[in-house]
Amino acid sequence: MITAERKPLDEIIELVGDKKKILVAGCDTCVAICLTGGEKEAEILASELRIKAQQDGREVEVEHTAAIRQCEWEYLDMIAEKVEAADVVVSMACGIGIQSMAEKFSPRLVMPAVNTNMLGMPQEHAVWLERCGACGDCVIGETAGICPVVRCSKSLMNGPCGGSHDGLCEVTGPDKEEIDCAWHLIWERLKEQGREEMMIKNRPPKKWNLSSSGGPRKMVREEAKPV
Amino acid sequence: MTATEYKAGTNLEKIFSDGKFAVTGECGPPKSADGSVIAGKADMLKGYVDAVNITDNQTAVVRIASLPSAVTVQQHGLEAIMQMTCRDRNRLAMQADMLGAHTLGVHNVLCLTGDHMSFGNHPEARGVHDLDAINLIQMLKDMRDEKKFQCGDEMDVAPKFYIGCAENPFGDPFEFRSIRLKKKILAGADFMQTQCIFNVPKFKKWMEEVRAEGLHQEIKIMAGLTPLKGVGGARYMKNFVPGMDVPDEIIDRMTGIEKGPASHAEGKKPAVEMIKELAEVEGVAGVHIMAVEWEEAVPEIVESAGLLPRPTVA
Repeated sequence: MITAERKPLDEIIELVGDKKKILVAGCDTCVAICLTGGEKEAEILASELRIKAQQDGREVEVEHTAAIRQCEWEYLDMIAEKVEAADVVVSMACGIGIQSMAEKFSPRLVMPAVNTNMLGMPQEHAVWLERCGACGDCVIGETAGICPVVRCSKSLMNGPCGGSHDGLCEVTGPDKEEIDCAWHLIWERLKEQGREEMMIKNRPPKKWNLSSSGGPRKMVREEAKPV
Repeated sequence: MTATEYKAGTNLEKIFSDGKFAVTGECGPPKSADGSVIAGKADMLKGYVDAVNITDNQTAVVRIASLPSAVTVQQHGLEAIMQMTCRDRNRLAMQADMLGAHTLGVHNVLCLTGDHMSFGNHPEARGVHDLDAINLIQMLKDMRDEKKFQCGDEMDVAPKFYIGCAENPFGDPFEFRSIRLKKKILAGADFMQTQCIFNVPKFKKWMEEVRAEGLHQEIKIMAGLTPLKGVGGARYMKNFVPGMDVPDEIIDRMTGIEKGPASHAEGKKPAVEMIKELAEVEGVAGVHIMAVEWEEAVPEIVESAGLLPRPTVA
């Protein structure tokens, strides 16, 4: 799933500027599951904006709503009326949903209330870990189902660097928390699978043009197009 | 062996080729535009080492680039080993720089992954990591031996490199470490320098695995050593430098010695002792002395270890 974290309130208020009629639009798919931007969180942000405006002596009208998925045109139709009544939309969807809103309702102002951060999974309740870099050239068939592109801090393709120690990466997370060395995990699981030879062969340079280095990507399924 | 049979014909390659025990040093370029620092370090090391590594933004801190620094060192009569990390350049920049290195007479190169950006002074930088160190070795070998760029295009004049790599016998998983060296040999590495050795028994254990695979016959292995200025530096390396294994005995040995001339004198001793011990290990073809920001310690260490005079090769 796509995960996101909410921006600080002050930053959102700055993005909204002097606009009076504000619509906070949640999205009830990925960002709802990661407890950041669903209808409930949209309602909370709307309240925060109202309270702060009252404290600061500003007059604002803040509504909230949520689309089932902000990233698909048909779900945006369902909230169109509320969007068109607002001076500014504060979207709590991921970067895809925010852009869909901005395009669908252009030139209306649509501002992001979240920072989209990864394609991750809930490892345990309320903890998400990055699992995919959408690199366009999946290698995990050779790496025991563990992605070295995003789980190795250096996106190495040929095993752990010299900084791997005790199963941990030389890099620590933002709060100095330890990170597993992805290649250590790969090595251990390949051993369990009896496939260590996958680590011995040299893997060639990766085709990053299939990732974001190739420019914005497009996917077309000809067979699924309407006739 | 005639000159035409050398891969690059560098002093380092010829010393190994003659079966002599090689000594290399390390020079970190300055964190400013003062090129005289590099010249000064070159003058300090000349005659005591066979070639000197020029670091490439070591520990992810911006310094004078390794190529111009390597040229400066060579202008002062000391052969350079230009380090290149995969952290700061993509494959276009790497190949362009290496063609330039050849034209400027820099023919030893050491291929590294590079310390992560988060350790340095620009932690917000985007890491490149287009290639990994193994890809880089293969790319340089193909440029040299196949006259081919990484994309497969051919070139008229191939650059000549003596290709080096690093390995950390103290990294994990331990059992993968000799395999990683084998991968680098397969990719085309000619010589290898290890991470600083403080844990000699573990290094020897690793060398047993290396010899069991016959790898010491396929690559020139240089044991890496670092003299300690004092107990503070030892503790720092133990706790904060990625991939370091500093046993407590080393810390204990330096503890209580007054910082300054006394600790400097004591800190050189283990390096000298280790050189003598490691030179006897089968498969060790040389030593790489990394006296970080303490290049002036190198002449005494090399002399005390009985490695002078350095051989001259035709």
